[in-house]
Amino acid sequence: MASENKGAAQRGPGTVVLLVATRKGAWLYHGDATRQHWRVDGPHFLGHIINHLVLDPRDGRTLLAAAKTGHLGPTVFRSTDLGRNWQEAARPPAFAPAPDGQGGRSVDHTFWLTPGHAEQPGVWYAGTSPQGLFRSEDGGVSWAPFSPINDDPQYRKWMGSVQDGTPDGPKLHSIIVDPREAEHLYFAMSGGGVHESGDGGRSFAPLLDGIEVVEGFDGSDPTFHDPHCVRLCPTHPDRLYQQNHCGIYRLDRPSDTWQRIGRAMPAEVGDIGFPMVVHPRDANAVWVFPMDGTSVWPRTSPGGKPAVYGTRDGGESWQRLDAGLPAEQAWWTVKRQAMTADSADPVGLYFGTTSGELWMSGDEGRQWTRIAAHLPEIYAVEVAMGVEGAP
Amino acid sequence: MKVLIPSALRSYTAQAYAEAGGDTLAAVLAELDRSYPGIRFRMIDEQNRIRPHIRFFVDGEQVFDLARRLDGVQELVIVQALSGG
Repeated sequence: MASENKGAAQRGPGTVVLLVATRKGAWLYHGDATRQHWRVDGPHFLGHIINHLVLDPRDGRTLLAAAKTGHLGPTVFRSTDLGRNWQEAARPPAFAPAPDGQGGRSVDHTFWLTPGHAEQPGVWYAGTSPQGLFRSEDGGVSWAPFSPINDDPQYRKWMGSVQDGTPDGPKLHSIIVDPREAEHLYFAMSGGGVHESGDGGRSFAPLLDGIEVVEGFDGSDPTFHDPHCVRLCPTHPDRLYQQNHCGIYRLDRPSDTWQRIGRAMPAEVGDIGFPMVVHPRDANAVWVFPMDGTSVWPRTSPGGKPAVYGTRDGGESWQRLDAGLPAEQAWWTVKRQAMTADSADPVGLYFGTTSGELWMSGDEGRQWTRIAAHLPEIYAVEVAMGVEGAP
Repeated sequence: MKVLIPSALRSYTAQAYAEAGGDTLAAVLAELDRSYPGIRFRMIDEQNRIRPHIRFFVDGEQVFDLARRLDGVQELVIVQALSGG
């Protein structure tokens, strides 16, 4: 596939705001046009666990924050003035009450937020732990269970129990809305696999072919699938990339079979990790952040030498991109929502670490610089561009 | 009755004590939520279960049942039982 950004005019980033969600609150980093100087705004919600902080690209000013504390139930906060003021959602994501005598599920935390289709202003989707899918039609003020999957017996079986999930609880994540068609949706579950709907969420079906599972388990059963992060190429929506518990994959629709492109990664690094970042214009370019998934799964940079890996040919080959990163004895890694790209040219890449450092590259990964250190463990980093009226 | 609010929930009430009435613990919490929208869901989940780390004491006695009648009770103390790191 030809690169889709060839010949593109150089585009300055304009204003760039990094939305950093951490285990102990949220911070906003406002960048200037050079992306070399950053002004910090925060903490917001000091002490709250913020799993995701997302700006609505349709209005450029509404922020939603998925929050809880260690001792209180989960909620969603929203701001319509870029964080100057926050209001709590009137009805946060919550499962339907179970019939009397049956133990129903309760949302432990909202993990993932996705703005709806461009033609559906006010629509948002949320993924929770334990796995649940929710939707708001009023900009995040009120949320309701969405689609039958939350209570469908088959899906409940595939979700497994709380004990089957990640150390921080099983999660529904990677909610994707096809930019061409609002009714075409994807989501992923850890565990539970990747699922697709072509009817606006009235029904979903697994999308698992080609994905490997841990040795000894049945790959035809979604229960044993653990996608870590799935991304759709914005300018080529028939292409998806996936970082999975068992490798890096690419899917070119209408095929239903994923290809394990991580086989081309260096053997000593492997193709295990959490985040997956797609180029805003070039569907052949993606970036990953490998971690040590051997033995007891240390979930650190392999060998204590952190590096981004990028491909420019759809995963046929990978390049190590570590200039500026610590050369040794750096035992952090990057979680699935904590790495992202802006849409400037050249693309800016950003990631936050489990050790509370915020890093960026203004040249698509060739050189890295640290923006911030000493933050709490970073759970998510999102980037918003062209934002007006920043406080 | 007088309701002592734990520090983690004072972002709702802006004060240590609130006033709320009702025949049962559930009714008092419902009235509290009418005065301070959202506060109940931080303590009680969607299946009507008291969340972990939240404890209720009525006139010094710990109560685990939302249907518990509160006839003659003077004070409800809500405790956020801290644990973990």
